[in-house]
Amino acid sequence: MRDGMRVVVRLFGPAREAVGAGSVELELAPAATAADAVVAVGEAHPSLAPLLPRSRVAVNLEYVDAGTPLVPGDEIAILPPVGGG
Amino acid sequence: MRTFYQITDTSIDPETLRGAITDAGSGAIATFVGVTRNSFAGKAVRHLEYEAYAPMAEREMERIGMEIAGLWPVVTGVAIAHRVGRVEIGEASVAIAISAPHRREALAACAHGIDRLKATLPVWKKEVFADGSEWRENREEEELDDGR
Repeated sequence: MRDGMRVVVRLFGPAREAVGAGSVELELAPAATAADAVVAVGEAHPSLAPLLPRSRVAVNLEYVDAGTPLVPGDEIAILPPVGGG
Repeated sequence: MRTFYQITDTSIDPETLRGAITDAGSGAIATFVGVTRNSFAGKAVRHLEYEAYAPMAEREMERIGMEIAGLWPVVTGVAIAHRVGRVEIGEASVAIAISAPHRREALAACAHGIDRLKATLPVWKKEVFADGSEWRENREEEELDDGR
């Protein structure tokens, strides 16, 4: 798509393992939100389907709500339920 | 406030954390150290593997430190460290140390800090068994909707 934006989606823990890669690149529509990125990554990688509804999303190192608008160059991350400690 | 935040692939020394936040005006340092357990639901765990979104995890540590400073303004220091990579049984995987003039605030802030870390730090833990492995989630994840 011509006026789309290219973003990098980083994957961690079980999400990284499900895809077999620590990050994927996506082409999104210009006004895409964090939720759109989640949908797109799920379509590109169906192995993520069970994890996505339980995952949180970060943009540029901060947790964000689904409706957060994205801009080109954003670093998006899919964060499955955490297990630190 | 003195601070020390670290994601590390080598062993955590609680003394390093305490040293980083020692303050002449503080009569109390509360430290919590989480160590890796050798079993889950009766199954023997051989070792653990931690993975972090390191730059975000360090930001999240800072955010938790700021939150502690807001809740307990007398706190004089916050130090947090978390391991990544392979961690053997019995090793420290996480540590938090809080300095304050008196014990009550130090202990309360320390308890708050570890609870927040377990809920929000972007870190994932894999338990490795003799016959496979499993990602282990914290129960604290369920308690996230607290409007922070």
